[in-house]
Amino acid sequence: MHNAHDSSLPPVGTQAPRGAVRREAASPVATLRLEGVTKSYGVGTPVAVEVLHGIDLTLQHGEFAALIGPSGSGKSTLLNLIGLLDKPNAGRLFLAGEETGALDESTLTKLRGRAIGFIFQYHHLLPAFTALENVMMPMLAARGAVDGAMRERAADLLARVGLTRWREHKASDISGGQQQRVAIARALAMDPLLVLADEPSGNLDTENADAVFDLMRDVNAASGTTFLIVTHDPRLAHRCDRIVELVDGRIVSDRPNVDVVRRG
Amino acid sequence: MNPFARFETIVAFRFMREGLTQTLLIVFGVALGAGVIIFMSALLAGLQANIVRRTLNFQAPIEILAPDQIARQLRDGGPASVAAQIQPRSQQLRSVDQWQKVLGDVAEMPGVTAVTPVVAGPGFARRGEATKSVSITGIDIASFFDVIALPEKIVAGRDDVGPLDIIIGIELAKDLGMAVGDKLSLTTAAGVASTLTVIGIFDFGNKGANERNVYVALRTAQNLLDLPGGATSIEVKVHDPFAAEKIAQIIRGGTDLEVDSWIRTNAQFFSAMSAQILANTLIRVFVGLTVALGIASVLVVSVVQKSKEIGILRAMGTERAQVLRVFLIQGAFMGLTGALAGALLAWGFLLLWRGVARSADGTPLFVVVIEPSLFAIACVGATIVGILSAAIPARRAARLDPAVAIRG
Repeated sequence: MHNAHDSSLPPVGTQAPRGAVRREAASPVATLRLEGVTKSYGVGTPVAVEVLHGIDLTLQHGEFAALIGPSGSGKSTLLNLIGLLDKPNAGRLFLAGEETGALDESTLTKLRGRAIGFIFQYHHLLPAFTALENVMMPMLAARGAVDGAMRERAADLLARVGLTRWREHKASDISGGQQQRVAIARALAMDPLLVLADEPSGNLDTENADAVFDLMRDVNAASGTTFLIVTHDPRLAHRCDRIVELVDGRIVSDRPNVDVVRRG
Repeated sequence: MNPFARFETIVAFRFMREGLTQTLLIVFGVALGAGVIIFMSALLAGLQANIVRRTLNFQAPIEILAPDQIARQLRDGGPASVAAQIQPRSQQLRSVDQWQKVLGDVAEMPGVTAVTPVVAGPGFARRGEATKSVSITGIDIASFFDVIALPEKIVAGRDDVGPLDIIIGIELAKDLGMAVGDKLSLTTAAGVASTLTVIGIFDFGNKGANERNVYVALRTAQNLLDLPGGATSIEVKVHDPFAAEKIAQIIRGGTDLEVDSWIRTNAQFFSAMSAQILANTLIRVFVGLTVALGIASVLVVSVVQKSKEIGILRAMGTERAQVLRVFLIQGAFMGLTGALAGALLAWGFLLLWRGVARSADGTPLFVVVIEPSLFAIACVGATIVGILSAAIPARRAARLDPAVAIRG
């Protein structure tokens, strides 16, 4: 186990983690940068609560980071902010160098669709659609209508997650592990800068959880997509390159995972 | 671009397929509503057209007559006039003053399709011992048939009345025991008598008209009624029978003539028809409202059921406008397919009605024309109602906060 407050570890960003090395040179702009981000609920009411207090966080291109913390620490809120599903009350959020605070709803939605892939705990596939259609869906929403290239890319992505055989099956007719693989393929459909995974293996047995995790690592290694994974599972967190720990709405520790870095 | 390859259409149809029972139930509900509206409208239109046709068979939409003769008080004011009683004058048969000019002016008016001079007055038809009172109408065959479709109503003989010819109704022919080619003596109050040959027998489908109306040449009637060169009325046909009163008012305004429209002379029928139209409109509005509420409630439930999916779609970059359209398409589809099914249903009922609603002699009670335009209007209307009813649920769906929706 790592000591969350080990001050001998180098600060974030000074030493690029494994996956990011070769892309750092090509892309000097951080994939994600949060500066003093604060989020409160119930502003203007007597029960206003500040959930996140001045969060500073930078994710470089190609990083594979874990976000850990106890329940109620603000992980989901932070993930929603990073995923552009919500707006901070204060502070600034940059995605690939672009400040998102001033963007209107429609531009934010388009940016979210293009730049961010989501993997949820309960996969959240659309049950009425097949595995292939689920993977096509982000492309379909962005381009407006189905085309052959879209179908081809979705089929390729499903092949990559080992589900070619199941692509015409309804999302509700395949196993939990398979559904989560479809969700990974879907998250990659738009070739996003950043994939946000909220407890991606929380609903799976150990074997499937490992398989899903390995898949994400493979994608990260192969295409350099940045991953931020929220997890309760210390075993999985310690297989990430970097571990960010959030307690009571503050980052209490942010360090590279020495085990992985050394192995890498 | 193929509309069925579009994101919104694909998602809308898949959502509807997922809730198939719900979708089918509401489509069936819309079908019933649309069917009732179409059936009732066709029936009412048929009934009205039938009555209008029957009335206008033997009556021109507008009739221009000489003004009534009024008895005037000789001295105005003064003590003697206080007790004076003025008796209304009896009306003589008179010609419309300068009828040729009036005829020309009216023929030029917008909305007027045909005009014809007529000389009409009372008379007696006699054959042997039998005498019947008749209404003599002198016609100018060149223009009269453009106003009244008499040739279509001829059941025996021909319609080209010459100076010594007469066309009589089927009832009169029966009463006097006459057939085409027989001679008939026509006498008028002026004491003029003429023997004419029956060249045609008509049937207007109205016993009174078949019994009383007889048609002779204009010149013959002028002689019989002692109105040489005159015309007692000018009959006017208009493009839209329901605009007759409006046109009549315009004519009335420009002259001192008496102008009657068929709407005025059949006031009772028109008030009954207005009541019927009002009742039908009310029923249509309420049925439409019920259909709209049905669609809206199904979609409201659907938005709640699908909120998680909507949240996921939004997280994946689906815009609010796209979500809005997904639900508007569902509303439009439910309205349109419901109306199409309703049109089929109504069509079936109308065919059934044609078969069942018959009078005692086996002829159809009245002809219900199945107008394609009515079906088209119903389908377009139902689609619009569908879209409007979907507006509120669609807005709700579009405004869902994706973060909240995904959390459930």
